[in-house]
Amino acid sequence: MANFEFVLPPAPTSNVKPIFGEQDLIRRSASTITPPAKRQTEVAKLIDVTKCIGCKACEVACLEWNDLHHEVGSNTGVYDNPPDLDPDIFTVMRFTEWVNPETKNLEWLIRKDGCMHCEDPGCLKACPAPGAIVQYSNGIVDIDHEKCIGCGYCIKGCPFNIPRISKVDHTAYKCTLCSDRLAVGQGPACAKACPTHAIVFGTKDDMKKHAEGRITDLKSRGFRNAGLYDPPGVGGTHVMYVLHHADQPELYAGLPSNPTISPIVELWKGAVKYVGLSALGFAAVVGVLHHLVVGANRVTAEDEDNAGKLKQGRS
Amino acid sequence: MAVPDKARASYEVSRYTTGARINHWVTATSLVLLAVTGLSLFHPSLYFLTGLFGGGAIVRVIHPWIGVVLFFSFLGLFVRFWRANLPSRSDAQWVSHPVDVLTGHEEKLPEIGTYNAGQKIMFWLMSLLIIVLIASGVVVWDQYFYPFTTIPQKRVALLIHSIAAIVAILNWIVHVYAAIWVRGTISAMTRGKVTGGWAWRHHRKWLRDILASRS
Ligand code: HEM
Ligand code: SF4
Repeated sequence: MANFEFVLPPAPTSNVKPIFGEQDLIRRSASTITPPAKRQTEVAKLIDVTKCIGCKACEVACLEWNDLHHEVGSNTGVYDNPPDLDPDIFTVMRFTEWVNPETKNLEWLIRKDGCMHCEDPGCLKACPAPGAIVQYSNGIVDIDHEKCIGCGYCIKGCPFNIPRISKVDHTAYKCTLCSDRLAVGQGPACAKACPTHAIVFGTKDDMKKHAEGRITDLKSRGFRNAGLYDPPGVGGTHVMYVLHHADQPELYAGLPSNPTISPIVELWKGAVKYVGLSALGFAAVVGVLHHLVVGANRVTAEDEDNAGKLKQGRS
Repeated sequence: MAVPDKARASYEVSRYTTGARINHWVTATSLVLLAVTGLSLFHPSLYFLTGLFGGGAIVRVIHPWIGVVLFFSFLGLFVRFWRANLPSRSDAQWVSHPVDVLTGHEEKLPEIGTYNAGQKIMFWLMSLLIIVLIASGVVVWDQYFYPFTTIPQKRVALLIHSIAAIVAILNWIVHVYAAIWVRGTISAMTRGKVTGGWAWRHHRKWLRDILASRS
């Protein structure tokens, strides 16, 4: 009998140790800041959807590390469980059954959903509380719960429907990309737990290179449209996917094919603010000028006389 | 000097009942609180205003509730005043003489009833804006109404809410400025009375009607 041995190649997850801190921010909600002169190496998590077996080890690792206690859910008849992200669930596996029209094969598409850590984060743009959402120079987008006021604007800003407001402390929660683990030189909990190495973490460049290898391999095995999901509409993301059908990201439980910050959010957070505030200032100035030029509109003695006469005439 | 001294006032006419005045000031207070709390979230340069209320989280909690107070309070004003704000024939003439209006040449304008066309426009515009504000406000009131609308709908609601709020505040600025500019007006909402001369000058038809109904 042949001595069969199955060994996974070592995980390409590397331990990057960035320095976090106020001086390292490239974006800060509702604030104007001077970004650091030198950006740290951009990091990324790469989720190879084609390797994922849907075991949810990453979900468990995420709950463990972040000390999240979610109440036990109920089975709704599908694999999706818990059914959605919530303040205590930063990542969920979304399962899609799809019949490939070309091969007539039933494909089970499993996507690990969670914060994409956009290079141009919509949540941060929408947030009204200074410093409640920050982006470090390595690309990670994080929420500061001390500063968050729980308004939920981030939910409206996000192109991926990720943040959730806690009913307990009324602040917004989402994946932190384990910034607290990275700070001490550890990779994200989900990546460490993934048994198939479908989730790997490292510098963004390394992750892109790793993805290239995977895509070449997938293509050689018939997945013509395999590709990397790093959507340019949000400046790229710091969580990327390898998809077998990169031409149709929507197949994967509605992953948007070209996510951007909604033009409505851009308008609300852009022109409306400038035009609105200027209009208020303008109105106040016009009022003052009008008063200076025209002077008060006073009742004259004559008016009082006439009023008196009117009353006499009547009574 | 601002208000013509009482000695010179021929007599006073009552313009607002105590009920109407309380109703007005509840509305005014809630509108100002809404404008301040709302603006503090509207632009980062005004976020410091949240300090007046004990922080952004508290502002986020109280703003919609004050909105509810405003809505019902304004409803009271609406029921009281809507009739007097129906359009009348003199309105067109008033509107078509903006220069005389703005320079206070009221002798060149038609005799005005309870409200002039400007006041009527302000009344109907505010009524409309408050409906828009409560409707869009409820859509983005995530604490209680999150499940009822989609995120794209909430985005539109926030856009509408912020624009409507700016227009409402502009309307409020005009309203308050008019009350200050036209001296002798504020006493109508503080003591409920205006002088005969004030009524003669600004709302002569109203004065005639009042005097006629008394005799
Ligand atoms: C009538 C009922 C109203 C309701 C239910 C309401 C509700 C809301 C809600 C839920 C928000 C989101 C922030 C938060 O949670 O506090 C908000 C924001 C805001 N509200 Fe209101 N509101 C009302 C009336 C008003 C009025 C009368 C004004 C101004 C005169 C106003 C001005 C604003 C502004 C400026 C914002 C910030 C929008 C932005 O950030 O761009 N609101 N309102
Ligand atoms: S809920 Fe918190 S993080 Fe989200 S936009 Fe509001 S203040 Fe910012």
